[in-house]
Amino acid sequence: MAGAGSPNGSVPGSVPGSEATEPASRGWPLWEVFIRARRGLAHNHVGSLHAADAELAMGMARDVYTRRSEGVSIWVVPTASITASSPDEKDAFFASAADKPYRHPTFYDVPAGVKHL
Amino acid sequence: MIVDWEAEFQRTIDADSRIEPRDHMPESYRATLIRQIAQHAHSEIIGMQPEGNWITRAPSLKRKAILMAKVQDEAGHGLYLYSAAETLGVSRDQLIELLHTGRQKYSSIFNYPTLTWADIGAVGWLVDGAAICNQVPLCRCSYGPYARGMVRICKEESFHQRQGFEILRVLSAGTAAQHAMAQDAVDRWWWPAIMMFGPTDDESTHSQQSMTWGIKRFSNDELRQRFIDMTVPQADALDLTLPDPALRWNDERGHYDFGPIDWAEFWQVVNGDGPCNRQRLAQRVAAHVEGAWVRDAATAYAAKRADPGAGQAGSSTAAA
Repeated sequence: MAGAGSPNGSVPGSVPGSEATEPASRGWPLWEVFIRARRGLAHNHVGSLHAADAELAMGMARDVYTRRSEGVSIWVVPTASITASSPDEKDAFFASAADKPYRHPTFYDVPAGVKHL
Repeated sequence: MIVDWEAEFQRTIDADSRIEPRDHMPESYRATLIRQIAQHAHSEIIGMQPEGNWITRAPSLKRKAILMAKVQDEAGHGLYLYSAAETLGVSRDQLIELLHTGRQKYSSIFNYPTLTWADIGAVGWLVDGAAICNQVPLCRCSYGPYARGMVRICKEESFHQRQGFEILRVLSAGTAAQHAMAQDAVDRWWWPAIMMFGPTDDESTHSQQSMTWGIKRFSNDELRQRFIDMTVPQADALDLTLPDPALRWNDERGHYDFGPIDWAEFWQVVNGDGPCNRQRLAQRVAAHVEGAWVRDAATAYAAKRADPGAGQAGSSTAAA
């Protein structure tokens, strides 16, 4: 487990944004799989798999993640193509939204009896 | 700003939130999860063998189709779990290597043989039933990718248990010979299924830390008792007997009492001397070796399509 012990929790050679941190099963890159459960819904991340190319990744995604009609559409994305926010998901990157409560309707007082507001 | 990440880590767990792959985590938490998820993945993959054993001999086309679907599910479960383990910084190849060299284990239950068709029923009812008891709490495990994988797995496992129950129900209500076959399978699978929950709480080495980390929610003995309490009435419904004369309802405890477990057998199988240990591993390694050309072909085909000139005109750069 090379690098798995690094204190910041990241692993050398890791792909930012991926759930998986170590690429490549001997020559087979990692793909992230997204599935649209039914029309009207967005594609959701469901997992990952190793495959030689996009076509095989698509076939494997169907076999691994839709054996019970879980989807009407699949995206497979090379894990290496994903750019993610910083490794620590609790850090200051999102902090600027925290001090702007006026972006929420609940910030504003509405006099009793006023409707449709 | 210096953050005490270890305290933050435990706070996240204590708040029943989830740890995600790129969060800070203690090395021992990571190692524990890799060991547990890998063992779980290996179990799914090795678990295809005792059932695959009966695909060609299933008694009807319907039973064959069902059994194939179930074995495919086990493969899928193994893949979900390998993916979850890989998020912790270990590669698929390393995990396969650790399985093939015996340095990581799989559940001992799969070292027992499936001798008759009724065994397929007993495996579904008892082995998958015990697995579900173990796995449902893992859907709330503190490590996000593992918990998410377990949600999918648990959804799919319930068909496995029901189809096993149904196989036994049909056999049990059949001819005297069919009933006897069902009873024989239950006689052989009951105790190994009980042992699937692992050593008793006072003997279990990893349990306490795993509880603190939110990896485990209930102790081995609690889960074992839960499984027994659920299963005894099901055995009555099947008109089959569980092979434990000490099994009886205890009003005071509100649970079924059961007889002593043969831990010598458990450790013997864990340590490599079960009925099928060597066969299971040898078959797994052979399948991997025999599949090498398929993996190589896929790799070569992908490379050729990515760069059609390569390998034909010598250097593709020159051709361009």
